[in-house]
Amino acid sequence: MTLNTSLKDRVALVTGASRGIGAAIADMLGEQGATVIGTATSEGGAAKIAQRFAEKGIAGSGLVLDVTSADSVAALLEKVKADFGAPTILVNNAGITKDNLLMRMKDDEWASVLETNLTAVYRVTKACLRDMTKARWGRIINISSVVGSMGNAGQANYAATKAGVAGFGRSLAAEVGSRGITVNTVAPGFIDTDMTKVLPEAQREVLMSKIPLGRLGAPEEIASVVAFLASEAGGYVTGETIHVNGGMYMA
Amino acid sequence: MSSIEERVKKIVAEQLGVKEEDVKPEASFVEDLGADSLDTVELVMALEEEFETEIPDEEAEKITTVQLAIDYIKENLG
Repeated sequence: MTLNTSLKDRVALVTGASRGIGAAIADMLGEQGATVIGTATSEGGAAKIAQRFAEKGIAGSGLVLDVTSADSVAALLEKVKADFGAPTILVNNAGITKDNLLMRMKDDEWASVLETNLTAVYRVTKACLRDMTKARWGRIINISSVVGSMGNAGQANYAATKAGVAGFGRSLAAEVGSRGITVNTVAPGFIDTDMTKVLPEAQREVLMSKIPLGRLGAPEEIASVVAFLASEAGGYVTGETIHVNGGMYMA
Repeated sequence: MSSIEERVKKIVAEQLGVKEEDVKPEASFVEDLGADSLDTVELVMALEEEFETEIPDEEAEKITTVQLAIDYIKENLG
């Protein structure tokens, strides 16, 4: 038996796909044969996704989505269903950071991170679930972070959401397993993206010294794990958190 | 055009994977027809689609038997 990682005839929705890990995930799912809808918060970001897909010969589209708006989610799914069919692969990747020491953290820094990183996962997943249960097949993959397990000073808000999605995933996996839907969490470590480029040099060096593989991860190294989970090959993995961090944190 | 009774019974049989002749009016989805909680949610979704309506959650919770489903549809769409 060969490793079946083809995603032919599948429709995949990837939030936050204009850059970084989300872009790599969207591209890899597309290269495995899926029709991919990558979302961005701005028209410019959506256009960039569409252009990238066109260059790489990936079927699908780049669309605008505000994951914090129920109306935006509903409008997006209506359009996706009309143009491509209901997505049965969902990658909740969109996320933000608003780092601060807890004693200095503003209510807004707490609330907005929770809204985008955790409540939006609930919102978008719920919107896609009905069609997955009907199809008796689905893949929900939430992108978390090593910080959700390990903790990190200055990221209480972010870490809370990232631990939250893992618990969300385990519960949902128990709920919908009987419908052929798997729910997993992928927890990247220190990946070379815009989000980690803003870290101060000193903090980068400390982090690097804690990574046995001695280097940052590439976005594609997260994408390949997501693509595996999305495929038939990953069909018996559910409710799990897969750490992809070069050994920085071993659970 | 089939009657409301027939359409409801057909959907119940399809959704719960039971024979249509077992879908008696008094049959309880959970106790008699082997539905779990997710099955009952899906059943209500299927009824909503068949009858092009939206059943509020608090009403949906009360629909526990075939007859109650038929009654609800008749009252609200009849």
